[in-house]
Amino acid sequence: MAKLPVSPERLIEQFGPHKNYPSPEGYAGRDEPDKVVKTHCCFCGMQCGIQLLVKNNQIVGFEPWEEFPFNQGRLCPKGVQRYLQNNHPDRLLHPLERVEGEGFRPVAWDKAMDRTASEIRRIQQKYGPHSFAMLSGVSLTNEKSYLVGKFARVALKTKNLDYNGRLCMVSAGAGNKKAFGLDRASNNFTDLVHAEVIIICGTNVSETFPTLTHWIWQARDNGAKLIVVDPRLTPIARTADLHLPIRPGRDSALYGAILHQLVENDWLDHEFIDNCTSGFDKSIEAIKGYDLDWAERTTGIEKEKIRLAAEMWGKAKTSFLLHARGIEHQSKGVENVSACINLVLATGRIGKPYCGYATITGQGNGQGGREHGHKCDQLPGNRDIENMEHRQYISQVWDVPEPEIPRKGLTAYEILEAIHRGEIKGLLSICFNPLVSLPNSNMVREALEKLEFYACIDFFLNETARHADIVLAGSLHEEEDGTVTTAEGRVVRIRECITPPGEAKTDTSILLELAKRLGEEKRFTYPDNEAIFNELRVASKGGTADYFGITYEKIEKNMGVFWPCPSLDHPGTPRLWEDRQFKTDDKKAHFQPVAYREPGEITDAEYPIILTTGRVVSQYLSGTQTRRIGKLVDQYPEPLLEIHPNLAAKYNIRDRDLVRVVTRRGAAEFPAQLVETIREDTIFIPYHWPGRKSANQLTSGHLDPISKIPEFKVCAARLEPVGRQAPPASQIDAYASA
Amino acid sequence: MNNTQFKTDQEFFMDPQRCIGCHACEMACAECETNGQTPMISVDYVDRFTTTQTSVQICMHCEDPVCAKACPADAITKDEFGIVHSANVARCVACSNCVLACPFGVPKKVEPMQLMMKCNMCYDRTSAGKKPMCATVCPSGALWYGKREDIEKARPNSTPVNSFQFGKQAVKTKVNIMMPKGSTQLVVD
Repeated sequence: MAKLPVSPERLIEQFGPHKNYPSPEGYAGRDEPDKVVKTHCCFCGMQCGIQLLVKNNQIVGFEPWEEFPFNQGRLCPKGVQRYLQNNHPDRLLHPLERVEGEGFRPVAWDKAMDRTASEIRRIQQKYGPHSFAMLSGVSLTNEKSYLVGKFARVALKTKNLDYNGRLCMVSAGAGNKKAFGLDRASNNFTDLVHAEVIIICGTNVSETFPTLTHWIWQARDNGAKLIVVDPRLTPIARTADLHLPIRPGRDSALYGAILHQLVENDWLDHEFIDNCTSGFDKSIEAIKGYDLDWAERTTGIEKEKIRLAAEMWGKAKTSFLLHARGIEHQSKGVENVSACINLVLATGRIGKPYCGYATITGQGNGQGGREHGHKCDQLPGNRDIENMEHRQYISQVWDVPEPEIPRKGLTAYEILEAIHRGEIKGLLSICFNPLVSLPNSNMVREALEKLEFYACIDFFLNETARHADIVLAGSLHEEEDGTVTTAEGRVVRIRECITPPGEAKTDTSILLELAKRLGEEKRFTYPDNEAIFNELRVASKGGTADYFGITYEKIEKNMGVFWPCPSLDHPGTPRLWEDRQFKTDDKKAHFQPVAYREPGEITDAEYPIILTTGRVVSQYLSGTQTRRIGKLVDQYPEPLLEIHPNLAAKYNIRDRDLVRVVTRRGAAEFPAQLVETIREDTIFIPYHWPGRKSANQLTSGHLDPISKIPEFKVCAARLEPVGRQAPPASQIDAYASA
Repeated sequence: MNNTQFKTDQEFFMDPQRCIGCHACEMACAECETNGQTPMISVDYVDRFTTTQTSVQICMHCEDPVCAKACPADAITKDEFGIVHSANVARCVACSNCVLACPFGVPKKVEPMQLMMKCNMCYDRTSAGKKPMCATVCPSGALWYGKREDIEKARPNSTPVNSFQFGKQAVKTKVNIMMPKGSTQLVVD
């Protein structure tokens, strides 16, 4: 019974999202806090250092943390306002149970846990162990990510565990493993500072990773040239030396064509290619014929700009290539990543100072969270769940017989599809709001409605949680001790500043209690979160993501430690590959042949326009947190349809006209925002909003065949002007749309 | 003023080309207890139709502040460090002369309070030896506070400029704008 118990409007009235604003006087006690705690922002992969001010077990404000080396006090608006969650009126203060026709009512922890455990048992006995799935997320610390992985395999005994990193960095992870045998940013961001050329591919740095902007500007101050590849003139692209406004979904064609230019002009590092790589010839064979004319036709970028980008990249002595979701959120995500890595390998500029390559990991613990086993095909230390040696090692750490560890399960979107088909009947989720963040949200909603039982751990009643039978009131980032791993691969300390309010409990204690009720108390008893980390260290030992030499004390002393760090006397590894020994079987970096192919959905007469989606600076992912913070909502109050005036003119669309966007999955109406900063064949809608305002009603479920990342960045759409102006944003309340 | 730790070797520098329009500065400014959740600076799109360019406006702290000159109640004062302070609450008559007089459009009349408010360069922070809040959080370096020699070294392609020409009106400010190397003055017609 996972249908909504009452109308969404009634649930919104009771549980929000409501906008939280501090009073003009601020929170009491801010001037004389009991504690000033050095921790990190809860949002993106930059994991900026921040100090939270605590009074009477409440977060009452923040103070910049200027000593933390990455951000040195700098913050984006989300970081400035992050402290407003703990005092929030929507905060869940006790567990809830669904009551048909009434909504949700408080329930005792004991009863909530009993019900959850008994439903898990009932469903698994009736339909088999894998009929109960778990979804997790990488806003969770390393400790919780590790614990979820162990919990699902050992206590829940299901193979169907996956996480919202599936919507984030999996294409990059797969591409990195293919090329290097290891999945981490090859360099930390200080290697940007003296790079001669920086190319950023499909990443709206200034809105999604604002504090990284400073590092790019430092490089430019030192003479670096900046190349930005993006269908839109984003704030970072505005001042770039070269902006390549690519047609969405054509990225591998561009990087293939640049490689073609490198070969044609012999801008290659033959020594590196010959001694440190394999597969170069096959990669060249794959891009035969990718000349500038072909590239211009395919990518929609003027050929002279492509030639110039190749020349800038080809002739540079130092460089840094960064990419993010723009190229990764595609049915060719892994191929796009490989095509980028090929450019780095062809010029041999890796493993040396100011010669860098990195994906910019999106979520707070997008890096650490994708290493320690709450991914459907993975065991801790970035081990492979299908590899017998890896399984045996982890079975010893967990003290379970190897055959009892489940095999590879379904990925996140596939789990929802399996629920829709009736193959999965029960779900436990934590830190994931798939109704807003997965593509094709109409399918996701139908799937949720088919569940026999759904329990959700969260601190706010997010849109997906409204479908739950039991809601377990969990904890915020600042309510538990732990570690996260930043986009640079730096393991940092997250501090418990306060204890959860009301009857809410820490996520960790909820998982441990549930494990106990599932009969696994022995394997799930830890004196504190540091003990979980210490088990993680052992579990990761010998894996590619080796944390064994990292301790809480060492992190605190050094303001973070870069993995791999295999022994206690090891200083950590801020820059990979200095020894040119890659983690592949033959110790070489592997070129991957990438022949261009079309995106999953291409435009046609019925759906003639390319729709792409992305983010705005004031919101974070599915908005569970940021759509509850008043000033962040007000900064960009509703999703706007960015459209070029020339395209708008064809449909007689004026600024603020309401436009119905239709795709093969659904339709939704958005106010038009006419801007010359987008390609004429492309429209853009940011995706943070729920219900009728969700861009993911439109996006497609085409998945990358390897990483299974959905193709959020490309689909085919049609425009139907509604024939009237949109009402003011203040009348719509998109942040709480039903 | 005897106890102040205001660092006289530190100055404010603003680089409009680096502004990414994120509003972190505005939000951090509003957090200051003396501002009552009202930001004393503003960030706006220049023309969103054509560009993503934004501009941030902070008080420039003029050497000879027109706002103070135009104030009939003598509510606006400049201190020994060159900080032009927000209107004295007891004196301000909310006439808006300062709002109209400022060439940069900085002071705002806050209607509910019937009071002019503007940036005082985070006097509570700068007088304690800290940087202003906006320049501390700015993620792109569009707002920067520190020693002139340090920014000149760090940003060799730019020159700090604090001389403005508004038609016939020449204005010198405590706050600097980073302009292309070799610039000496910003002329606003």
